[in-house]
Amino acid sequence: MDLLRFATAGSVDDGKSTLIGRLLLDSKAIFEDQLAAVEATSQSKGYDYTDLALLTDGLRSEREQGITIDVAYRYFATPSRKFIIADTPGHVQYTRNMVTGASTADLGLVLVDARHGLSEQSRRHAVLLSLLRVPHLVLAVNKMDLVDYSQERFDEIKREFSAFATKLTIPDLAVIPISALKGDNVVTRSEAMPWYDGSSLLHHLENVHVASDRDLRDARFPVQYVVRPKSDDHHDYRGYAGQVAGGVFKPGDEVVVLPSGMTAKIAGIDLFDREVDEAFPPMSVTIRLDDELDVSRGDLIARPNNQPQVTQDIDAMVAWMSTTPLRPRQRLLVKHTTRTVKALVKELDYRLDVNTLHRDQETGELGVNEIGRVRLRTQQPLLVDPYSRNRTTGAFILIDEATGVTVGAGMIND
Amino acid sequence: MSASHPDYRLSQLDQLEAESIHVFREVAAEFEKPVLMFSGGKDSIVMLRLAEKAFFPAKIPFPVLQVDTGYDFPEVLECRDEWVARLGLRLVVASVEEAIASGVVVDDGRTTRNRMQIGTLLHAIEEEGFTAAFGGGRRDEEKARAKERVYSHRDEFGQWDPKNQRPELWSLYNGRIHSGEHMRIFPLSNWTELDIWHYIDREQIFIPSIYFSHQRRVFERDGMLLTESEHNPLRAGETAEERTVRFRTVGDLTLTGCVESTASTTTEIIDEIAVARLTERGATRGDDRFSEAAMEDRKKEGYF
Repeated sequence: MDLLRFATAGSVDDGKSTLIGRLLLDSKAIFEDQLAAVEATSQSKGYDYTDLALLTDGLRSEREQGITIDVAYRYFATPSRKFIIADTPGHVQYTRNMVTGASTADLGLVLVDARHGLSEQSRRHAVLLSLLRVPHLVLAVNKMDLVDYSQERFDEIKREFSAFATKLTIPDLAVIPISALKGDNVVTRSEAMPWYDGSSLLHHLENVHVASDRDLRDARFPVQYVVRPKSDDHHDYRGYAGQVAGGVFKPGDEVVVLPSGMTAKIAGIDLFDREVDEAFPPMSVTIRLDDELDVSRGDLIARPNNQPQVTQDIDAMVAWMSTTPLRPRQRLLVKHTTRTVKALVKELDYRLDVNTLHRDQETGELGVNEIGRVRLRTQQPLLVDPYSRNRTTGAFILIDEATGVTVGAGMIND
Repeated sequence: MSASHPDYRLSQLDQLEAESIHVFREVAAEFEKPVLMFSGGKDSIVMLRLAEKAFFPAKIPFPVLQVDTGYDFPEVLECRDEWVARLGLRLVVASVEEAIASGVVVDDGRTTRNRMQIGTLLHAIEEEGFTAAFGGGRRDEEKARAKERVYSHRDEFGQWDPKNQRPELWSLYNGRIHSGEHMRIFPLSNWTELDIWHYIDREQIFIPSIYFSHQRRVFERDGMLLTESEHNPLRAGETAEERTVRFRTVGDLTLTGCVESTASTTTEIIDEIAVARLTERGATRGDDRFSEAAMEDRKKEGYF
């Protein structure tokens, strides 16, 4: 059994909570006490239906306002796969939450209402998923029951979305007509839409191939922690612990340690008390080298013939998350893999309008929930790859040194 | 591509393990004084196992902290001591009874020991100057937890502000805190109850015997089966009788219910959970039953 992480985007009106509630119910991930609590609350609010959104809106303020504010994580499993849903709010003022949920997603699920077709919001969601390089996208055209299960209406929405998607980077797109309320094409194929010959949503989620989405070409191992037991049993043990960010490492491989540029061979790769014959993403292992080099946290182990860029100049798309705007000349901290360094905002090239893809070059700042192209100069070099090639060595967060708060997320440009 | 991993896929347990180990190493590297909150329950034991793996062959580079309610199951304390001895760890015990005696928390006769753990815990964290505290909380347990970050910031009063959490992207954890603040760290955030049991089964992890089916004198209260004990006197109309039970969670024994079960191995427990129709907390935890937002409120105050 493997793991699929997917991010959902959409507002309450699109039926997102109903859809998630249905996936959880039908896969038996909701228990009787949870359902009973939701039924009781629905009744006390005077609803004549069970409001499944109450299952996912976990914070008191969200239940009071009837909206989803934060990212909520949900879990369910079928016999073939375990699923982690990052359930994110759809409104523009919560773009940062959507970016957060999409950062780790293998797949993005965008919902549209069949009656209204593509909204500004659904376009924005697709843009964000594309920007975060989520490799698979599902457009679920919901409430098909309210358009008489019309193939014409579905095809129209599908055509419109496909035209829009050509401007984006979406390696794999599936468009599925569903009714979350009635259950059409959610778990099983719907009899109401014989014209649709694709798979049900759940079947698609269970079978979408994600293993090859990882970067298996570029060997990248950010050193996280140096293991030195200094005990009698392991007196000379010195291992470099970390999580493989790309490629495949094997004992005997010749490697280079960056930024120093020193080379050595891998003497062994340890996974707890056993040695393994290879390590690949996202394994957490400890690498031993055959030479006593000076290696510490923040260094990166790669292959001599395939190295990341060692640079102090970073060109990236930044999603800004603080109510205090980002401006040129500002000083920030950058956390990139296992390295945290000081940085200066050199330039703000443009602000990207995520609804129209228009680039506003006149802007002097990036506000909260805005995305723009930013150039940074770091105090020490970072060891980077383009985000399009590697979602680990191409990503960073920005931290406000005074408050300690995470204020932005960056994706390094090609 | 090699023959041993033709498609380079990890099982979901291997992936969860790798991600949790990453969290442990990150915290050990970036925080001055971490501590692992260890109750002796299955989740904290799995945490300890993951920590053992993260630093092997070196010892776990931080102590463990237990909040002793005075109402803990003896089997759980035995298991705790065995783990601590095997891994050669320093154990810090924060005792609720001592906290009451020294006036750190007030026993007004109505507040449960569970609630008094909060003050006791915060006091211990402050006294020892811990800057990061690992907890075994999982997001599948409860819907307020579903929104909690892996790194969950606590202000100088130990409080959680759910509306103002730091965004958490990729596996880039932000561990910046100010003096007097601390971070709660939840390495098991993405594990479910079933994942925990599958892992205990796979790794043959030693857990307290009360998780497995046994004979026990129990009585019913508020629809829960509670254990007969001197700390939990029977009220009028309640009678204790011997039944075949096991515990799904372990906490303060005056509040932690058991379920009737004949499951005596991890495999049988997994089969039982797979068809269970109640969450582990809903079935067996009196502390979560008081209101829709019971967990959120306790968490804001500094609960685990």
